[in-house]
Amino acid sequence: MTAEPILSARGLVKRYGRVTALDHADFDLYPGEILAVIGDNGAGKSSMIKAISGAVTPDEGEIRLEGQQVHFRSPLEAREAGIETVYQNLALSPALSIADNMFLGRELRRPGFMGKWLRKLDRAAMESFARDRLTELGLMTIQNINQAVETLSGGQRQGVAVARAAAFGSKVIILDEPTAALGVKESRRVLELILDVRRRGIPILLISHNMPHVFEVADRIHIHRLGKRLTVINPKDYSMSDAVALMTGAKAPEEPVAA
Amino acid sequence: MSEPQAASHSGNDYETALTSSPTTIAAFDTHEKGALRKVQHFLHSNPAAVPLIVLVLSIAFFGMALGGKFFSAFTLTLILQQVAIVGIVGAAQTLVILTAGIDLSVGAIMVLSSVIMGQFTFRYGLPPTVAIMAGFAVGALCGWINGILVARMKLPPFIVTLGMWQIVLASNFLYSANETIRSQDIAQNAPILQFFGENLRIGGAVLTYGVIAMVLLVALLWYVLNNTAWGRHVYAVGDDPDAAELAGVNVRRMLISVYTLSGIICAFAGWALIGRIGSVSPTAGQFTNIESITAVVIGGLSLFGGRGSILGMLFGALIVGVFSLGLRLVGTDPQWTYLLIGVLIIAAVAIDQWIRKVAS
Repeated sequence: MTAEPILSARGLVKRYGRVTALDHADFDLYPGEILAVIGDNGAGKSSMIKAISGAVTPDEGEIRLEGQQVHFRSPLEAREAGIETVYQNLALSPALSIADNMFLGRELRRPGFMGKWLRKLDRAAMESFARDRLTELGLMTIQNINQAVETLSGGQRQGVAVARAAAFGSKVIILDEPTAALGVKESRRVLELILDVRRRGIPILLISHNMPHVFEVADRIHIHRLGKRLTVINPKDYSMSDAVALMTGAKAPEEPVAA
Repeated sequence: MSEPQAASHSGNDYETALTSSPTTIAAFDTHEKGALRKVQHFLHSNPAAVPLIVLVLSIAFFGMALGGKFFSAFTLTLILQQVAIVGIVGAAQTLVILTAGIDLSVGAIMVLSSVIMGQFTFRYGLPPTVAIMAGFAVGALCGWINGILVARMKLPPFIVTLGMWQIVLASNFLYSANETIRSQDIAQNAPILQFFGENLRIGGAVLTYGVIAMVLLVALLWYVLNNTAWGRHVYAVGDDPDAAELAGVNVRRMLISVYTLSGIICAFAGWALIGRIGSVSPTAGQFTNIESITAVVIGGLSLFGGRGSILGMLFGALIVGVFSLGLRLVGTDPQWTYLLIGVLIIAAVAIDQWIRKVAS
């Protein structure tokens, strides 16, 4: 790994009352890679992801994006910096349409008088953009872009959320448990989607409990334990049971941080 | 960077069976649905349809029962005049309920604003336009405080506005010293306060400016809710505030802006109220908060937020107006009106729950 990390964190600390969720956690994501983050429940994976995506503010530590230190106070700020996150709960508004959801918080307005003074939304542009993105990712079994998201299946919702991230994420895409709620076939589709996105050069941070999925797509695996990075392994050198042993503490890492 | 294993063997062993399975994923079921499901789907995508149908049926019913006495331009526009205030306040209530909140203080803010407009003119001798601006400012302030308490302090809207209702109503009585400003005085010295009581007559139809203002306000808000980012965010916040926040909506700012706008609209209702009753009375509009919630609920808006159309609220208000006047013309005990409205409220919520099942 020769390049500089595109996104890195050093010494992140987050406490909730007397619970220390993050205990001086470090983290590195390199350009063009898929980095999986695994860890037992309560290891602090979610807290770390939230800190990186701006959903929580860490008590200590620093986060660097392309070498520049950043302080995100909200997911919106992280998003503006080019980090898109697909949360486990997807962050979709069920009653709004697919197009509305894709553009939530960054709506397009009509050009000219209607947009400037009457602040009218450019429905046609948003719909065609949404349709293009979904087609690109092979999700156009969805016929009607104005369909409310609540009428979609779990896999389709996941597809919409991933498409939204892929459409706008310019630097980093974070996926939190993207296959947790999906069936076998839908999971397969989402994994292909992930590889698709990487092929376009955008690095991906993948949080998952599903070892087969992690070992299939990840270039490196970050193992999180007790609020910090235990080690980083190459999935080719380790088996799934090694990874599970490491993350549960049944086995100690051979070297502190292998890249 | 080496190629991942996915390139060498696609997927895991247990997934090999998938290659022979159909490649389409999770397509929509386009097979024929039952007629009932179709109705459910239609109502799901057209939330104002139910109240509109009920409105048309109730007008038809009273039209047939009472004939020309009910079915005249004069009577029908009289209904509009009677629902104008509830319609304006209902517009404010709609915004708040769409965010999954409730505003019990709307009526009180309306009355306080109208009292401020009157007293500033007559007690302090300010120009009526300045007094009107002051009324709007007070309405906005009350709404803003509601918004801050709901959005920043995370207090339940029901509690915040229950408290605000009492506070504003008491302030209204204390400040006005329970004093009514007579209609003649207003007409003589500050006719602009009664502006919304003036009317247009077209044949037998009497359209007060208050009615026209109410219709324009609802039309404007309908446009804003459906065609601007702010409007979509109102729905998103009511639908799922956490999702909206993560998707990049500033939920706090949205809530504060919605409650503040609600206060401003209530102040506007206060101005229209002076036109409607002629005088400035601190005891007017006692039940406006409940009436506005009734209009919203009968209008098919969900009290859980994020669903419904402001047009539904207008239809809901009109349904109540049609029943009130229709039953009065029939000559029944007015309690029948309340009884029927009670039935309508429960029926409306039951229908809302049924329509929501379309999602599952």
